[in-house]
Amino acid sequence: MAEECCTPGGNIMILACSGGSNVGQLSNQAAIELTQEGFGKMFCLAGIGGHLGGFVQSAKDVPAMVAIDGCELGCAKAILEHAEIPAKNYLVLTDLGIEKNKDFNLKAEDIQKVKAAIRSACE
Amino acid sequence: MEIKVLGPGCPKCKQTEQNVKDAVAETGVDATVEKVTDIMEIAGYGVFGTPSVIIDGEVKSVGKIPTKEDVKSWLNK
Repeated sequence: MAEECCTPGGNIMILACSGGSNVGQLSNQAAIELTQEGFGKMFCLAGIGGHLGGFVQSAKDVPAMVAIDGCELGCAKAILEHAEIPAKNYLVLTDLGIEKNKDFNLKAEDIQKVKAAIRSACE
Repeated sequence: MEIKVLGPGCPKCKQTEQNVKDAVAETGVDATVEKVTDIMEIAGYGVFGTPSVIIDGEVKSVGKIPTKEDVKSWLNK
């Protein structure tokens, strides 16, 4: 077996609110693409919200994490607080100047902007 | 007490399993230690990574090697 078959030390947990608006889905799409690009690994926020043991303990033990909320309602942040998990890195997409609406035709430029902001938040 | 060590088998997993076994031996707790290497079974626990330690169905640690003292503290609860 390889020396590092288990979790690599630098793997970043990406938690997106994935909510029912353009910004919620932007958080989701950015998390997917960053995972595909090898920046980090998207993880299931719903599992944490459901207080499932494996998900909660994973979030508590992970060395690097970023939580992404689409808007200032802060659902992802609230889920982490309920589970007593510190949000190590955190950003809200409306703070980037993206207006919240119900248009799910996501703009490529917005996705790129969000991905760049997530990368910056983790530096 | 039922203890499971989740991990496909790298040195980190083996060290975790050893620490768990040592802790069990030193505390004298009546426990079985099972190594779980099947990826699908590991995924069923919802853990972000391995090695992970499960005691009586409760996930105690994920993605790191717990010390023997960590394990002893879990066994004594």
